[in-house]
Amino acid sequence: MAMSPDRTQKHGVKPQRNSPFRAYFLHHIRVFISSLGELTRRPIASMMTITVIAIALALPSGLYLLLHNVNHISADWDSSAQMSLFIKNDISIKRVEQLADRLNLRNDIESTNIITPEEALEDFVRISGFGDALNSLDSNPLPAVIVIQPVVDTLKPLQVSQLLSDMKKLPEVDIAQLDLDWVKRLYAMLDIAERAVWVVSLLLAIAVLLTVGNTIRLDIQNRKEEIIVTKLIGATNAFIRRPFLYTGLWYGLIGSLLALILTNIALSLLSEPVHTLAILYNSNFQLSGLSIDDSLILILTSCTLSLGGSWLAVGRQLSRIEPS
Amino acid sequence: MIVGEFMIRFDNISKQYPGGFEALLGLSYHLPRGQMAYLTGHSGAGKSTLLKLIAMIERPSRGQIFLDGVNLNQIGKSKIPYIRRNIGIIFQNHQLLNDRNVYQNVALPLIIAGYRHQEVRKRVRAALDQVDLLSKENAMPITLSGGEQQRVGIARAIVHKPPLLLADEPTGNLDPELSKEIMQLFERFNQVGVSVLIASHDLNLIDEMGYPVISLDEGRLIRNDLVSTGALS
Repeated sequence: MAMSPDRTQKHGVKPQRNSPFRAYFLHHIRVFISSLGELTRRPIASMMTITVIAIALALPSGLYLLLHNVNHISADWDSSAQMSLFIKNDISIKRVEQLADRLNLRNDIESTNIITPEEALEDFVRISGFGDALNSLDSNPLPAVIVIQPVVDTLKPLQVSQLLSDMKKLPEVDIAQLDLDWVKRLYAMLDIAERAVWVVSLLLAIAVLLTVGNTIRLDIQNRKEEIIVTKLIGATNAFIRRPFLYTGLWYGLIGSLLALILTNIALSLLSEPVHTLAILYNSNFQLSGLSIDDSLILILTSCTLSLGGSWLAVGRQLSRIEPS
Repeated sequence: MIVGEFMIRFDNISKQYPGGFEALLGLSYHLPRGQMAYLTGHSGAGKSTLLKLIAMIERPSRGQIFLDGVNLNQIGKSKIPYIRRNIGIIFQNHQLLNDRNVYQNVALPLIIAGYRHQEVRKRVRAALDQVDLLSKENAMPITLSGGEQQRVGIARAIVHKPPLLLADEPTGNLDPELSKEIMQLFERFNQVGVSVLIASHDLNLIDEMGYPVISLDEGRLIRNDLVSTGALS
């Protein structure tokens, strides 16, 4: 407009002002750095806010990891679900073999394995230690067993039930048994736990949003005079908003990094006793930590929430602060 | 682009605050481009309201204000910052930012307007030199005397070379000798073409300086030296 003669530009000398885009970009960089400096000027207050954010983020991360690990263990159990077909006593071992070969052709059966009555007896004698008592029996009371390894398709949980009912109908089979009920119960519990983790995560996400929002709100109130003066000098709302938004972003970024550290410390504290426990169960199971992807999601979520919190605070507060 | 003959023009301006208080009643005057003038009156006479209307801190209830030919009634809220960048405002209580040093305070208008780093440096130095505070550029405002703080405030107001300076009781807290120095500083800016409007109740000093005076009483003009000067220019 008429009141802003930019004299040198008219004369074609090097412009005094940056182009609007360049000025905008440079100011963003400047504010990005200076808002971090601002945080370090009030180290204790900043650290408290950041710690609250970190704990609020570390809690659901830890629960998620716990769930993830339990899922990981139970996945092994799932695939080891076997079906035992106890064959009627009057069926000859040859027919048992034929049956096993026939079953092997089904596409919902991975493999079959025959345990003859003799093998079963041997195992039983060896494991139970009732050798002498069993030797006194004049015939082998144990039936032949076909152990079936079903094809496990987690997308089709009903397939195994269908297979089981098919097996029960076979004339040679006395009892068909699949003990998966406890695995189902475990899954149901894990489902509930997963929901619970989501609910807790959601609540803590809101907590992060409000914590940052409230911190920024106080920050704005403390700098009310400064905002008024800056407005009188001709600062736009965007210019005034920027440092507060970047402060929020820093809270989110540093908070999430601290949350990652806290989660990993907790994990390393647990991994030793868990490993010891696993060895007692003849397993070499080890706790798995947050993957790179998980960590990136955590950082991104935290930054988004913090930025969102500052947006809320800045939007509400700045319009109220006008010179008077 | 219309460049106004007048830097400030009030056309029959009234300002009524919520609650019914009439701060200004049908006020008309104009400040020619490049003119320096004083605004006087008792407290409550409407001086502050008049300045606030120019800086768009308040809006008139009736009438039109033109700032360098621009009708302020037509300026939307989002454009207000750009209008203010053409005005240097000097406050009675300096309004410096106490967590930044003198240099950073003076540089603020330039940073807001997006000046280049080297240009900011050059202009801040020049402004501090004009108020004779170049040696204090790294000092914090709180360590300066009242007169020095006011000069920092003036440097900040003129650093981006606005065509209009508004000062609200700039010498309110200063002793007579310092007050005169400050007024002479304004005189120097006026001599290079800046329009200056100073609200003050220091009538002795105003007489001594010898510039046109606008006087308000209960929201009405009771003296307007600018009528003759404006008509002649």
